[in-house]
Amino acid sequence: MAKHNFGYFAHEGLSNMFSHGFMSFAAIGITVACLLIMGTFTLVAVNANELLADLERENEILAYVDDSYTAAQAKALQKELEAVPNVASATYISKQQAMENFAAEYPDEELFQDLDPEIFEDRYAIKILDLEQQKDTVEQVRALEGISDVNAHEEIAGGFITVRNVATVVCVALIAILFVVSVFIISNTIKLTTFDRRDEIAIMRMVGATNGFIRWPFVYEGFMLGLLSAVIGFFLQWGLYEAVARGVGNNDTMQLIHIVSFQKLWPVVAGSFAAAGIVIGVGGSLSAIRKFLQV
Amino acid sequence: MIRLKDVEMEYDNGTRAIRGITLTIEDGEFVFLVGPSGSGKSTIIKLLTGEVEPCGGRIMINGFSVSNISGRQIPLMRRTLGVIFQDFRLIEKKTVYDNLAFVMRAVGARPREIQERIPYVLKLVGLEDKAKSYPTELSGGEQQRVAIARALVNNPNTIIADEPTGNLDPERSLELMDLLVQINALGTTVVVVTHEKDLVDRFGKRVITIDSGHVINDSVGGYVGGHIHG
Repeated sequence: MAKHNFGYFAHEGLSNMFSHGFMSFAAIGITVACLLIMGTFTLVAVNANELLADLERENEILAYVDDSYTAAQAKALQKELEAVPNVASATYISKQQAMENFAAEYPDEELFQDLDPEIFEDRYAIKILDLEQQKDTVEQVRALEGISDVNAHEEIAGGFITVRNVATVVCVALIAILFVVSVFIISNTIKLTTFDRRDEIAIMRMVGATNGFIRWPFVYEGFMLGLLSAVIGFFLQWGLYEAVARGVGNNDTMQLIHIVSFQKLWPVVAGSFAAAGIVIGVGGSLSAIRKFLQV
Repeated sequence: MIRLKDVEMEYDNGTRAIRGITLTIEDGEFVFLVGPSGSGKSTIIKLLTGEVEPCGGRIMINGFSVSNISGRQIPLMRRTLGVIFQDFRLIEKKTVYDNLAFVMRAVGARPREIQERIPYVLKLVGLEDKAKSYPTELSGGEQQRVAIARALVNNPNTIIADEPTGNLDPERSLELMDLLVQINALGTTVVVVTHEKDLVDRFGKRVITIDSGHVINDSVGGYVGGHIHG
């Protein structure tokens, strides 16, 4: 593209946008709404993933050693446990240590401060790599000789996995649907401009303008509609996210949920919004102008 | 040079608009293309500008073979032509200057070339003081002069005028034809499609008469044939 044409295309694109102010406003509104819905579901999925990662880091499975095993035999199980797939680490906890941990958990309960360690079992605190495979790992640990029982909070992990999976599926489906809707709306807005300028386009074709020259002002219009939508959408998403984060933070029942700070996410959100806005805008304009370039 | 050889054209609805036309227009010629309504004149214009493709035969225009021209070459071929329409087709929201500037920009002219060329062309058509006017502020004759200026501004080899006097009174029509003759005298090939017998007879140029898709007469001097319905 010649440099002297760049200013012309940008000027034409901008004046196209204002020549149908209401439709441009509607197109930006719809695109912002679509970006917000896409962004919100994506951020829910990101937070669910982060929570799962926290759970994976903190989640422990307790594997109890058979009472008939001596301390030496119990310690010898460590290598077998660490050889089980998906086990990150296995830490041996003796009866004595288990009793001390239990007492430390309830410092105000005198009754628990002087318990006989023999009522506890030797055990292993096992950390796993992938929470989604926890069920299989528990079964494999339980099957080991010398392990009498295994205690895992499968329902919590299962809940988070469900939230993450649902958010991901909804996210992908919504992105696909809303993307098509946004392209359609922007395409129709630009079709209005092309209709308004059909004589100009016909004359340009007649005097030998290339398709590229005819296309560029409309591509700019779509580009600017998409970019403007992305900027507005980004700031709205930011406000919405911070409001939800504050709400979760102030809610006693949701104290366990750790919301990822927007400061960490904003570059990705800004980049994704800009990319989606531009693709939607340019895609819409190309689809609108296509039929004018056929001859 | 324009050369049509055994050109056939049939539209999708089955209408055979052109039936084996062969003709040659040399560089620098002034030619009237006349004939009654539905004779095929407009189809010839569409064939020459690459708006439709012929079903048979060959068309050569200013070195381009229109019969098998590629999509990328069509704009280049059109840059050798300047087309004038009966209804002027000016852009009302642009000034006279901008109507001309935008067609120059469309073919990649630089701002400096535009600034130099437009005053020259406006002077040629006698509208040097109307550069800042909008088309709606001009008379029909002046609007058609702007259309001629627009056709000339990219310095084409050939001007094709499709019923250029159709919306003008006899006096303005004559002025306009005089202007086209002057342009022709500068070396530009001019093809004028018209049905105005008086004008054709007055200028004594080559006249190609079309009827029912055939060339029925090709001679110098005046209109031959009847049944002109406009």
